Amino acid sequence: MSTSLLYALVGIGLFSLSLYGLIVHSHLLRKILALNIMGSGIFLVLVALAGRTGEAPPDAVPHAMVITGIVVAVSATALALTLMLKLAAETGRAELPDEGRE
Amino acid sequence: MEALTLLGWMFDGLLGLGLLWVAWRALTSPDLFRAIVLFIAFGLLMALAWVRLEAPDVALAEAAIGAGLTGALLLAAFAKLSSITASGDEKQADSARIYSHQLYWIAAVALLVAAGLGYVILSLPPYAAGLSVEVAANLQTSGVSHPVTAVLLNFRGYDTLLEMVVLLVALLGVWSLGGPAIGRGSAPGPVLDMMARVLVPLLIMVAAYLLWVGAHAPGGAFQAGAVLGAAGVLLLLADWRPRAGLMGWPLRLMLVAGPAAFVVMAALLYMVEGRLLAFPPAQAGMLILMLETAATVSIGVTLAALFLGGRPQSDKEHT
Repeated sequence: MSTSLLYALVGIGLFSLSLYGLIVHSHLLRKILALNIMGSGIFLVLVALAGRTGEAPPDAVPHAMVITGIVVAVSATALALTLMLKLAAETGRAELPDEGRE
Repeated sequence: MEALTLLGWMFDGLLGLGLLWVAWRALTSPDLFRAIVLFIAFGLLMALAWVRLEAPDVALAEAAIGAGLTGALLLAAFAKLSSITASGDEKQADSARIYSHQLYWIAAVALLVAAGLGYVILSLPPYAAGLSVEVAANLQTSGVSHPVTAVLLNFRGYDTLLEMVVLLVALLGVWSLGGPAIGRGSAPGPVLDMMARVLVPLLIMVAAYLLWVGAHAPGGAFQAGAVLGAAGVLLLLADWRPRAGLMGWPLRLMLVAGPAAFVVMAALLYMVEGRLLAFPPAQAGMLILMLETAATVSIGVTLAALFLGGRPQSDKEHT
């Protein structure tokens, strides 16, 4: 097993852990946290698989895409956090209403 | 040599396990504040992983944005949230909603997803050059000698154009949702005050260095912009606010400088070269540096404005 494969598998582990966290938690700040870790997992898979070039330097295209992705993720997080604060100010709870469970 | 490889393997293995462990703790810690701090630690471990994967550009972006700015945003939101909702509310809600037998089902689904994806990864061919051959072949016509910068600004410049727009749209979203900007707290302590005074000029210099060095080494507009954004956040935390006169059109001008420079450049090059963002090789280096400078200012100011939250009031809006 190569370094690329090891880190790609870690990325998948991160994705699955945060998928679990995303579903289990109802608190929106925890969901945003889980989404961020999920994104990191996906980035890790992308960059790890870009390293399968043997002795040559790794493929630069996925690296550039991940840098773009990191900046997009932080803007999405900022917007999501503002939405959450707005919801909490309106309803007093940082959770989505769950109508099927009452 | 053998021992060195073994050491590398041990480091990779430990780092991988550490990443998974810290992520799991951040996802499940009952204390929300601790979860956020663990997430910041997770971001720093990710930066180490990027270095191990020979991706220093990504490592720089992750350390500045993934761990630094996202962490600051989460902590600021947590503080605001604590003042809105009663603390302790969260734990009750979480445990009341999910029954234990459902937890097993959710865990089973997550495991199934992991197994499926893991199988796909393991069945991929061990060698794949991807686009690295094409990038290397066209590097000398790109105007820069660092492949990642060449991809970001030249080969796939339209990605970066649209990314600048995403940043701007996110800020417009935050502003149009209304709500107050983070208020002026009490005067900062002497340590924070001193640190801001020493660090902010240093951060601006680091940003300028990263911007310049990006042409031939790891660095570039995003990392420089992120460092500039961090300087802005530090100033805001130290209770510094720009004069009200600067919050009107000067602020807006800095916010749109990056996207506007990209759009103008794309339109001009389309007219001259016949293709969107197709740089003529002779002038490419200069044009890319101009674009990157505008992009750095916009990224830095946008990130700091995202941290500030609500739309800053200018002089005119007060009257």
